[in-house]
Amino acid sequence: MNIFDIIGPVMVGPSSSHTAGAAKIGYVAGKLMAQPVIKAEILLHGSFLATGKGHGTNLALVAGLLGMKPDDKRIPHSFEIAKEAHMEFSFGETDLKDVHPNSVLLKLTGEDGRYMEIVGESLGGSVINIASIDGHAANFSGDYPTLIIQNEDLPGRVAEVTSELAKRKINIATMKLSRSVRGEDAVMIIECDHEVWEEAIGWLKQMEGVKRVTYYSQGE
Amino acid sequence: MSFRTLKDILAAVQIRQVPFWEAVLLDDVKERGIAREQSFETMRGMYQAMRMADADYDAELRSASGMAGGEGAKLEKFRRGENRLVGDYLSSVMEKAVKMGESNACMKRIVAAPTAGSCGVIPAVLLSYEEHRDVEEDRMVEALFVAAGIGEVIAASASISGAEGGCQAEIGSASAMAAGAVTYLEGGDQEAIVHAAALALKNMLGLTCDPVGGLVEVPCIKRNVSGAVNAVIASQMVMAGLRSAIAPDEVIDSMRRIGKLLPGCLKETSQEGLAITPSAQKITQKLTE
Ligand code: SF4
Repeated sequence: MNIFDIIGPVMVGPSSSHTAGAAKIGYVAGKLMAQPVIKAEILLHGSFLATGKGHGTNLALVAGLLGMKPDDKRIPHSFEIAKEAHMEFSFGETDLKDVHPNSVLLKLTGEDGRYMEIVGESLGGSVINIASIDGHAANFSGDYPTLIIQNEDLPGRVAEVTSELAKRKINIATMKLSRSVRGEDAVMIIECDHEVWEEAIGWLKQMEGVKRVTYYSQGE
Repeated sequence: MSFRTLKDILAAVQIRQVPFWEAVLLDDVKERGIAREQSFETMRGMYQAMRMADADYDAELRSASGMAGGEGAKLEKFRRGENRLVGDYLSSVMEKAVKMGESNACMKRIVAAPTAGSCGVIPAVLLSYEEHRDVEEDRMVEALFVAAGIGEVIAASASISGAEGGCQAEIGSASAMAAGAVTYLEGGDQEAIVHAAALALKNMLGLTCDPVGGLVEVPCIKRNVSGAVNAVIASQMVMAGLRSAIAPDEVIDSMRRIGKLLPGCLKETSQEGLAITPSAQKITQKLTE
């Protein structure tokens, strides 16, 4: 937190958690897709479901998926803009377990057929957490460029990745590991101090045992 | 943010021999490892965004619930008319506070200060001041640093979230921040600044968060007016030489304790207070239809 969390952020109202946070979840999810979203099934949970409508949560989520940030004045018009962009969207209800009351499950299909399921939580004061991606625990804020590496749970894998990143002069801000069951796929979530070059991402992708690399870039 | 008490800020003012606002700026510069200009210009951006949001008010808009909109224009008309009791400055403060709150409810772009629900208090006090006294923008930006310093301390040692501390933490904090800022503009020293913040916050202690339908509209929008006007009267009392009998940091600590004691049904859950009155029920019924 810094003084511009006290005076700021600049945002489209009315609620930092239900509007700005929702837009940010959509924005990060859209970025994770790395291609235009053509279909979005948006399932609301808890307070997002109960009071979302009056807070423009629906509009903000769609706006975010279209690449609008929380201060984008077009947020109230996102439904029309989605139509123009040929993005289909629908809203439904869900009951997610063990999540923050302000949560949403996004089922997204991209232009090239990519399909992702992302759970986002709005923690208050427009701070968010991407709780899971495709059923794997993720837990990152979208405040840093972030690598999500899904790999076979083999010994030494983590050290290999971090040392290669260090060689490429990429500073790691935070790193988290998760695994549902021993021996199953593991997920590394690496928040970096600066953008990760494509070359490094390409290298990670062809590493032995790595199944999928998803990158959240903060660039435009 | 390294200041946890107002005393911390006063100590920095003493050690560095700088004004209150500059101590807050220097702390930001040090903490984020940025240039002084960068911090100042970011704050200028916030001030300008407030000004733009005020100018952007649209009297025709209504919120999704239909509860909010159009009342800022009524206050503007009243301000321009002959029947008002209070002076130009306070009339303008009232008008701008409602306008900003309505803009927020109608999904326009605002500056959370410290929250979206309380976004009208600080700009109402400061933008009206700038128009009324015709001061340079730099000085207004400095006043925002004063507000930020007070808000930072409240966030660190109490809360600025209605869900955590009730509305005293939102409108109350905004009011304390605005009181300090306008006291600085009026020429008050650091001691006057913290006492103005304390007087403003004292008047808001115990304020519950009980919004109708869970929306940031009723009572929030008009409560911005009371927070803004309260900031002005607190500052005027201090400029007249009055002081808070309770030490400013102790007022903040009282707010923290009171916030803890407030039951959950009065902290943004809309389960008590105004939110469950027959009038509120009528409104929420319409919302779910
Ligand atoms: S009543 Fe609650 S939601 Fe409304 S301004 Fe106060 S703290 Fe915010």
